[in-house]
Amino acid sequence: MANILETRNLTMQFGGVTAVDNVDFKLERHELRCLIGPNGAGKSTFFKCLTGQLKPSAGHVFIENEETTGWDPHAVARLGIGIKTQVPSVMDGLSVRENIWLAAYRTHGRERARRFADDAIDRLSLGEIASATVGRLSHGERQRVELGIVISMEPWLILLDEPAAGMTGEEVARMAEIIGELNAEAAIIVVEHDMQFIRSIAKRVTVFNQGRILAEDDVDTVMNDPRVRDVYLGKKV
Amino acid sequence: MAGSEVRSALTVLVIAAILFIAAPAVIETYTLTVLIIYGMLALSLGLIWGFGGILCFGQAAFFGLGAYTYAIAAINIGESTVPFLLGIAIPFAFAFVLGAMLFYGRLSDVYLGVITLVVTLIFFKFMNSTAGPEYVIGNARLGGFNGIPGFQTLNVPGDPGTYIYDVDYYWFCVVAILIVYALVRWLLASPFGRIAVAIRENEGRAELMGYDVRIRKTVLFAVGGGIAGLSGTLFANWAEIVTPGMFSLAQSAEIIIWCIVGGLGTLIGPVIGAMVLAYLKFLLGQQDIVDNMMLLGLILTLSVLFLPRGIVPSIGLWVSKAMPKRRRKRQRVRRPRAAVEEVPGG
Repeated sequence: MANILETRNLTMQFGGVTAVDNVDFKLERHELRCLIGPNGAGKSTFFKCLTGQLKPSAGHVFIENEETTGWDPHAVARLGIGIKTQVPSVMDGLSVRENIWLAAYRTHGRERARRFADDAIDRLSLGEIASATVGRLSHGERQRVELGIVISMEPWLILLDEPAAGMTGEEVARMAEIIGELNAEAAIIVVEHDMQFIRSIAKRVTVFNQGRILAEDDVDTVMNDPRVRDVYLGKKV
Repeated sequence: MAGSEVRSALTVLVIAAILFIAAPAVIETYTLTVLIIYGMLALSLGLIWGFGGILCFGQAAFFGLGAYTYAIAAINIGESTVPFLLGIAIPFAFAFVLGAMLFYGRLSDVYLGVITLVVTLIFFKFMNSTAGPEYVIGNARLGGFNGIPGFQTLNVPGDPGTYIYDVDYYWFCVVAILIVYALVRWLLASPFGRIAVAIRENEGRAELMGYDVRIRKTVLFAVGGGIAGLSGTLFANWAEIVTPGMFSLAQSAEIIIWCIVGGLGTLIGPVIGAMVLAYLKFLLGQQDIVDNMMLLGLILTLSVLFLPRGIVPSIGLWVSKAMPKRRRKRQRVRRPRAAVEEVPGG
């Protein structure tokens, strides 16, 4: 299968610290990949290099065979990529509907924006709070609003940074369901810590450690890899 | 524009028109005219700061540039129509270029404030140093600290002999501010305006949605510059002289104070703030016991302490609290709360 996302020797340095170190990564169409690793492993930095939020110090990023290294975030997003950040990045002073409509408007134009926004609101069960100001919502609801923003853009590649963080058990289960549904239409990369959540969604997992890829395989093989247990889990899963 | 927004804008316009019709019975039109001009200047900053999140400390630069452009063009052309349009177009273009440099250079917050203030002070310093006869544009001498007097003031288009002045000029300014207000309301209700507010709320998210925030901020900044330029042009016609004082630090600071006291995030707030404070300054100018600027500073301090949201949003809050619960509930069902908060009372 063709790779829709690829990095070659991707490196990101902050002064003397190398957060991402020569990473070669490939993602196939409609694949669902989880990125895991201990704190400071470089997952989120790697993620930000893909989205254009950080300009890599060296190496290359290719999306659909087009080199996007150093592109601005808006240009990367315009390729059809939906991005959910680690801390919910939403417009706190606007309503839920307006947040989602703004994303839909950019992608689909004025005529169709409302329909796509309504679809996303229904899909994420946000109807009851559609008119509420986002700044007044709980963390879990804000996470869903941000996912609504992503969904309404109808992306073919979705990057989710810790989508289950701070959610209740019920919300996590629903999030896993939604990710499964989205995967039918788009390739997804999920950066996550919650191992139970990863087990519920992942087929293939990439483990980061000290800015490098330590292991990459199906979820069971990775979880039973002694190197992974040593650096990340510290115990048998 | 949604039906509710059209109704809200029309309500503000009708009330404003009635007040402008009634006001000459209390205050003379000459004074009212300059209050309206200051209101428009405050509106320009209220738009880019309150809705675009761009704190420009140098709105006076566009105000002064509009006035000087008009004066210089009026001396050279003789008839006021083209100079009037240039008084809007040149500050717009200048703000566009300056904004592009700032926003494409990813400058924001305090850096943006400092740079815009420095630009204003450069104008101030330069215009003050142009007293010599070598500082001439066409037939217009820049005149240094004495400024440029004696230019053709506003006339009926195509008829340089028929001036628009006195009460007619007051009505001209009334119509101008109502048109500008309506256009700005329309702009903010359009997708461009909603995206501008989204950028103010969360620039990073707007980018991840695919919006190029740099061009949008540049355009909004330029629109603010154009409106400030128009107010400068109107001021030049009112005062019949332009001086470097229009670029002064005091002028820049006053515009910011007008917006804070009137209420950011609204359009009529800055207009009301400007008109009230400028009139207060006018009244205080008739005495010499207390310094004007000190009192203005005191008003700002009291306003920040007791009305931190500004006059108009505070009134909006009081009204909504006083409103019967049932009616409020009905309104919440009809309209998203966020949209109500965005343009309270216009």
